[in-house]
Amino acid sequence: MKNNDNNLLRIADREFTNRFFLGTGKFRSKKDLAAAIEASGTQIVTVALRRIDLDQHEDNILEYIPKGVTLMVNTSGARSADEAIRLARLAKAAGYNPWIKIEVINDSKYLLPDNAETIKATEVLVQEGFVVLPYVSPDLYVARALVKAGAAAVMPLGSLIGSNQGLKTREFIKILIDEIELPIVVDAGIGAPSQAAEAMELGADAVLVNTAVAAAQNPSLLAKAFAQAVAAGRNAFLSGLPSVRPLASASSPLTGFLFDNPVPKER
Amino acid sequence: MSSHLRQILDDPRPEPLEELAQEAARVTRQYFGGAVTLYAPIYLANFCSSRCVYCGFSSQAKIHRRKLEPAQYRGEMAYLHDLGIRNVLLLTGESLRVTPVAYLEESARAAAEHFQGIAIEVYPMETDDYRRLFAAGVDGLTIYQETYDRARYAEVHLSGFKKDYDYRRATPARAAEAGFRQISLGVLLGLQADAAADVSALWEHLRELERAYPGVEYSVSFPRLRPIKTQEFVHGDVTDVQFIKILCLTRIFFPRVGINLSTRESAQLRDHAVGLAVTRISAGSNTAVGGYSVLGDEAQDPQFDIKDERSVAQIVQMLKTRGFDPVFTDWRNR
Repeated sequence: MKNNDNNLLRIADREFTNRFFLGTGKFRSKKDLAAAIEASGTQIVTVALRRIDLDQHEDNILEYIPKGVTLMVNTSGARSADEAIRLARLAKAAGYNPWIKIEVINDSKYLLPDNAETIKATEVLVQEGFVVLPYVSPDLYVARALVKAGAAAVMPLGSLIGSNQGLKTREFIKILIDEIELPIVVDAGIGAPSQAAEAMELGADAVLVNTAVAAAQNPSLLAKAFAQAVAAGRNAFLSGLPSVRPLASASSPLTGFLFDNPVPKER
Repeated sequence: MSSHLRQILDDPRPEPLEELAQEAARVTRQYFGGAVTLYAPIYLANFCSSRCVYCGFSSQAKIHRRKLEPAQYRGEMAYLHDLGIRNVLLLTGESLRVTPVAYLEESARAAAEHFQGIAIEVYPMETDDYRRLFAAGVDGLTIYQETYDRARYAEVHLSGFKKDYDYRRATPARAAEAGFRQISLGVLLGLQADAAADVSALWEHLRELERAYPGVEYSVSFPRLRPIKTQEFVHGDVTDVQFIKILCLTRIFFPRVGINLSTRESAQLRDHAVGLAVTRISAGSNTAVGGYSVLGDEAQDPQFDIKDERSVAQIVQMLKTRGFDPVFTDWRNR
């Protein structure tokens, strides 16, 4: 069992009590973002390096992220391993902590991650001392390659970024949860707290949400609801939730005959 | 497609329009959230060897021709940088002789010191030229077909590079091949009578490019010519209602594609369009060569007249008031 024996989430050398991660893009205002961080109590936020203006401090997104919250720069915009690596190095040179979410996307229509390039970038950046959390399509072989490369967690997508479709990849994420000895953080596509709870009930270690919160009428209230749903889902998982069956079923339709009254003999 | 679109554009009823707008606004909010990207143009030169009947820089137009020297364009760049602009669009006329690739390369290198996103709107060129510019820091291309109607295209593009319809249409693919990140397509609404045909053809072009070069971030523009007595080349009048429909439908069909809106449109229309479909707007624009810091108040000969003259700070304030987050940096070249 990985982190299941208590309620602390461990990633690399850090421990977290809150399993709800927040992305910081697309908010109406930085004030909304700050309120969402506070209301949810999130301890890990991710910021796109491409949205950080290094020579402008007024209204800079970083001013709105409280100290004590782990800032994870992401490589949004990178289309190849090389671009992701370049962005990660820029972040490091600018003095950010070495936690990096690798995002390599070379499809502007579906925004699906390029798993092969993501593995390459992970290999290089781990060697350079980064704590790497790669964002991928859930695939067992890819996850194993990431473990081998030294990733600190695996972040499989629930469904397409921004789609709010929830856990379309449920069965594949479950395989990662069962087989991969790293924290599994479900990222992308989670549009409602019920979907976040579902991921946690399944055994995910954390959930990252951005679009749904950022686009909500009341982002801070929804961020809080997500954090509560994540905590509830986690407790449900720890409780040994009885597994759910898709349909009501007769108790023993195939083997019941063995215990029924004897069939009347033929005359 | 274009007959359907024509029906929608001609439908006078307000109810379906409101429904369309609601859906477009929802899709924009879902995919872009509150983010609206800001950029500004820098006109490097207005020498042009093409004769295009609708353009202020046309080779036969009697305007003062200028080309900025390095010290001058650096001044323009510093001026915009001080205003907070980080995405810039470098423009010239279509003169390979006066503004060769080497000149663009040099100005791009200077721009890379000030800006994180650099796009060009110049003349169409070869893939290898785009590679040179990409290496110099340019990662965006703006190239409008203006009209996809071949006959009309031939009527309005009288001579020069721009006369070659097919070469121009294949230009975005050449830039994508060279590694450009961001490509902007457009039609000049009003240039031909049937706007629906041009918009449909643009959508088709966009689909084609999305399939061939899925990694590129695409955006589209619909600059609009409005009929003025002296401008006989305007063949159609795309009304505000039709214009909004075009923006909204584009948003619904292409949820993640950027939609640009320049200062050619009025402040009022731009403010509303941002909530509906538009995700990239220029701010504090000057469309004359040297217009920011070089010319002062002397005659400017702009490429087109600006209707929205608000400053960058005013645009930022407008966006915040309307519940949008102005985005200055959208990529990092260095």
